[in-house]
Amino acid sequence: MSDEHIDEVSGVSTTGHEWDGIRELNNPLPRWWVITFYVTIAWALVYTTAYPAWPMLTSATKGMLGYSSRKDVKNDLAAAEAANGKYVAAIQANSVSEILTDDDLREFAVAAGAAAFKVNCTQCHGSGAQGSKGFPNLNDDDWLWGGSPDQIQQTITHGLRFASDPDTRLSEMPAFGDIIAADQIAQVSAYVASLSGKVRDASLIQPGAKVFAENCVACHGDNAKGNREFGAPDLTDAIWLYGSGETAIAAQVRAPKQGIMPAWVGRLGEIKVKELAVYVHSLGGGE
Amino acid sequence: MRDKTQLTRLETETVNSAKTRKPLYAARQKIFPKRASGNFRRFKWLVMTITLGIYYLAAWLPWARGPFAPDQAVLLDVANRRFYFFFIEIWPQEFFYVAGLLVMAGVGLFLITSTVGRAWCGYACPQTVWVDLFLLVERAIEGDRNARMKLDAGPWTARKLMLRVSKHAVWLVIAAATGGAWIFYFADAPTLMGELFTGTAAPVAYITIAVLTATTYTFGGLMREQVCTYMCPWPRIQAAMLDENSLTVTYNDWRGEPRSRHAKKVQASGQSVGDCVDCNACVAVCPMGIDIRDGQQLECITCALCIDACDGVMDKLGKERGLISYATLSDYNANMMLATAGGSSSINPSLVRTAVGTFSDQVAHFHIRKIFRPRTYIYMGLWSLIGLGLLYSLLTRDRLELNVLHDRNPQFVTLSDGSIRNGYTVKLLNMIPEPRTIVVTMQGLKGADMVVVGDDIPAGRSFAIPVEPDRLKTLKVFVRQPADQIHAPAQTFKFRVEDKASFESNEYTATFNAPEAAK
Repeated sequence: MSDEHIDEVSGVSTTGHEWDGIRELNNPLPRWWVITFYVTIAWALVYTTAYPAWPMLTSATKGMLGYSSRKDVKNDLAAAEAANGKYVAAIQANSVSEILTDDDLREFAVAAGAAAFKVNCTQCHGSGAQGSKGFPNLNDDDWLWGGSPDQIQQTITHGLRFASDPDTRLSEMPAFGDIIAADQIAQVSAYVASLSGKVRDASLIQPGAKVFAENCVACHGDNAKGNREFGAPDLTDAIWLYGSGETAIAAQVRAPKQGIMPAWVGRLGEIKVKELAVYVHSLGGGE
Repeated sequence: MRDKTQLTRLETETVNSAKTRKPLYAARQKIFPKRASGNFRRFKWLVMTITLGIYYLAAWLPWARGPFAPDQAVLLDVANRRFYFFFIEIWPQEFFYVAGLLVMAGVGLFLITSTVGRAWCGYACPQTVWVDLFLLVERAIEGDRNARMKLDAGPWTARKLMLRVSKHAVWLVIAAATGGAWIFYFADAPTLMGELFTGTAAPVAYITIAVLTATTYTFGGLMREQVCTYMCPWPRIQAAMLDENSLTVTYNDWRGEPRSRHAKKVQASGQSVGDCVDCNACVAVCPMGIDIRDGQQLECITCALCIDACDGVMDKLGKERGLISYATLSDYNANMMLATAGGSSSINPSLVRTAVGTFSDQVAHFHIRKIFRPRTYIYMGLWSLIGLGLLYSLLTRDRLELNVLHDRNPQFVTLSDGSIRNGYTVKLLNMIPEPRTIVVTMQGLKGADMVVVGDDIPAGRSFAIPVEPDRLKTLKVFVRQPADQIHAPAQTFKFRVEDKASFESNEYTATFNAPEAAK
């Protein structure tokens, strides 16, 4: 055997390694290639020393540069907050109606309000503010306590029937089950239902109107259009918080359910409440 | 005691003995390409001028687009997500045009490679162009091949130091200019130029210049052919792309061999002799440092400088040009069969010549028809098809678009008068750099009207709204239909947008939802 094997086909020398007669050609890699390889290893060492990397028993090494992804996030959040600063200041300085007239400010408030709504309001009003039985739909144009920007802000700020807020919106419909007779309840329910739809027994409507005039007009008005001062609903429209139809109306006359909404200003602050008011106003029913 | 003579020595050898060990890594062998002159060299200068000219200058071309768009002919406005190319403006959603161009470039590369071999490598690849430029500088400062070899081998004198420093300095300036030219495609060039020199440009501009300066200097000045041989995948792919009818730089050993430096002496002794005088001119000019006479090889970028060198020698010797030439494998094989009398003997160049010394009629020459074969037809067809498709799409594309998102939560809202309301987010895309007034109209949905949130537009079935140049306008639109007009839980209707000035229009078919009970 010679000292150097030259492959006949390629004319290239072999490494001397041989497996079952197959020899490994030695086409040397360029030297810079292997130098580059060592440089990458050196770089890895430098990098893992400079940045958090090596796992230890309880945590990882902190790195010489003091970099931390948490700190990065904190800085980013602070920067985002600073960038929003001028909008937040403008929201603080302006009334909700004024915010609505400024396109940029309104867009910002709607986005911020939508985020606050998802966290604080969806539990009762639903994620699309569509409400459910007993919890009003905020998209429609029917407002118990008023749908102007300032009225919405007032409702969110102080809540409804929220005992611990002295300025809360307050009203209470009496339980007429204890006040009027059962047949009168049936009559007045038929009358109220007839204002927006058909009833089973039209003969109840006339006496029902009488019962209504005697007991209900004080809050719901002569024409049953309601009164926002007391949060008394309009009984002539298509929207029923506790269900439409005589049966649901009778139940509500007999022993009314009345919703409670917390006052939010203490928890969210004035700015968030304003943003929420803008958002709710923008849902399509705002006045 | 056993008889020691019965033991025979086994013929074996360790695999790692010092005698047979060879290094696994080799130092780069320096290459000193000689200046070539001829048609291909001239063609390469031309290609270099055009490609470098485009690269360095295209960012500075003005193109008037009116007051609402940049006046730079080629601009990739990343911040605003717009790409401007002369009269074409591309929005991000139209990026498929760029993807289409890349597909065309790919198919084009197949077409070029299957017809004229690695022409990309030899003429147009940035690596080739910049190495050529760097070699030009090296030659201008240090002299041609022999002077450079002498300088390299010589001791470090003041002159050598001066030459080397000035060479690397010029290289670095070119490299910095290369990195610098790149960033002008991403911002208003004159403004950025000013910012660059006053130190007020964005850090990413300086980082980009630094990275591209480093890569240009390293690849173009220091690594050169190493990039092609060891780093680039194309030399590997091209082996699969060439076929027997592809033109490639070929040493025609059917007329060159047997080569001899003393042709007359050999001829006098009665032996046949080929045209190759073994002058090594082809090797000296090769920027890859290879010998084309070893045949087609991975390192060859087909720059054709060896053809120029050899043609010059052939001219001096009074022989036909083309000892090294662009030839196809099929022609080469045919001529080899002729020269070796069907493969039965070694090469005898007299077999390809007539008695008077001209080439015999049987010698195969390249014919242009060879370019047109099924494979290249398919490539050409594909390439044109994609190109025509893109062109058609570009000429007929919408510059006024409309996207509508139907509110899903809630799908519909019952209003106090019993009517049903649906909400839509309507996006108007004014894709030209001019302000426009867009008329939005509802079609269908009996009795319905719409209102726009935040605008003092009265409820109706049509409204006009101004849209800023080259911008998207998002509108929140509420559509309301009276209860007695609703006849199905889901009805369709159309949003139509129109620019009354240009008569451009677009439509979107939307759905209007109502509760199941409302029929």
